[in-house]
Amino acid sequence: MRLFNLFRRGSAPIARERLQILLAHERNAVHQPDLLGILREEILELISRHVSFDPDKVQIKMDRGKSVSTLAVDIEIPNSHGAPVMVSQTARPAPNRRRKRAVPEIDQRVA
Amino acid sequence: MNDKKSARVVVVTSGKGGVGKTTSTAALGAALAHQGEKVVVIDFDVGLRNLDLVLGAERRVVFDLINVIHGVAKLPQALIRDKRLENLYLLPASQTRDKDALTEDGVAKVIAELRSKFDWIVCDSPAGIERGATLAMRHADAAIIVTNPEVSSVRDSDRIIGLLDSKTEKAERGECVDKHLLITRYNPWRAARGEMLSIDDVLEILSIPLLGIIPESEDVLRASNVGSPVTLNSPLSAPARAYFEATRRLKGETIPIKIPSESRGIFNKLFGRKAA
Repeated sequence: MRLFNLFRRGSAPIARERLQILLAHERNAVHQPDLLGILREEILELISRHVSFDPDKVQIKMDRGKSVSTLAVDIEIPNSHGAPVMVSQTARPAPNRRRKRAVPEIDQRVA
Repeated sequence: MNDKKSARVVVVTSGKGGVGKTTSTAALGAALAHQGEKVVVIDFDVGLRNLDLVLGAERRVVFDLINVIHGVAKLPQALIRDKRLENLYLLPASQTRDKDALTEDGVAKVIAELRSKFDWIVCDSPAGIERGATLAMRHADAAIIVTNPEVSSVRDSDRIIGLLDSKTEKAERGECVDKHLLITRYNPWRAARGEMLSIDDVLEILSIPLLGIIPESEDVLRASNVGSPVTLNSPLSAPARAYFEATRRLKGETIPIKIPSESRGIFNKLFGRKAA
């Protein structure tokens, strides 16, 4: 039985860490506006000011980490819009690439 | 995505809370995806979502079911693809407290759109018999009623069976939702001592066909600790094998059900794999 207990101890620390990260983000959300959400909206608004894109061709990914969270906004821009250089300064696209990617890394530690 | 599909909609429900709906949704969804089916699991527990946590996707939720219903996000943007099984997707519930955010029309549209893209839509119902639970079962072709062999759980399952026969679209059309009983947290040791309702007792009272018996197991706890369905995390464990067999029965196969026995008591606990 002791062997079993040892085995069991293996997953509890993982559970604890997952919960700590999740709850830190969720408790934050009550007291302050959702930073990643605001950034997401503003990035999309900024880009739509310069080019029109199909809202279906937008992929947004987030990963909430312990000290750093990431937000990835992937927008497919039709070639008919010409040089997509105006859209973003974070990455220069290869000439024949249709997709642009803006990946700001946001530190979400409590201020 | 292939738009030629026509999904089967399954609701995982129980009435009572804490019997294993979310765990079972994750385990069955992953088992179906593992068998090559394209699966989406939907969390209907608005305000208290947990399916994301059990699937290990809690850090990646951007949009949710309510966002899709209110037009804030498109359905494909809200679907989270599992990192281990490329056929498995999650549509998370929102954390908002406003339960009215879930509208009947909105849910109908989401289900209709998903039907054309998936083989299976597995709806994780919230506990209770309120709006969230009735909306989760609304479009179901089949229902899995999760029951613990214990008086209050069996009583609540009976209530839910009544709702399935009256409040679903199929019932309103005069058809019948296929009902399957999934007994979870079955403890052979306690059953042998007559401390727990037997499988026969439960079947006799509820009189719906049995989909499977999931033995109580630490493998289930360990799986939710690490955020991976038990059918993925320890596929050879007794509960995982019981879930795999349950999915095959759900797909129409006839597999005899073995009642987990533990005639050797403690001995079997040491060699826990023998439980089923």
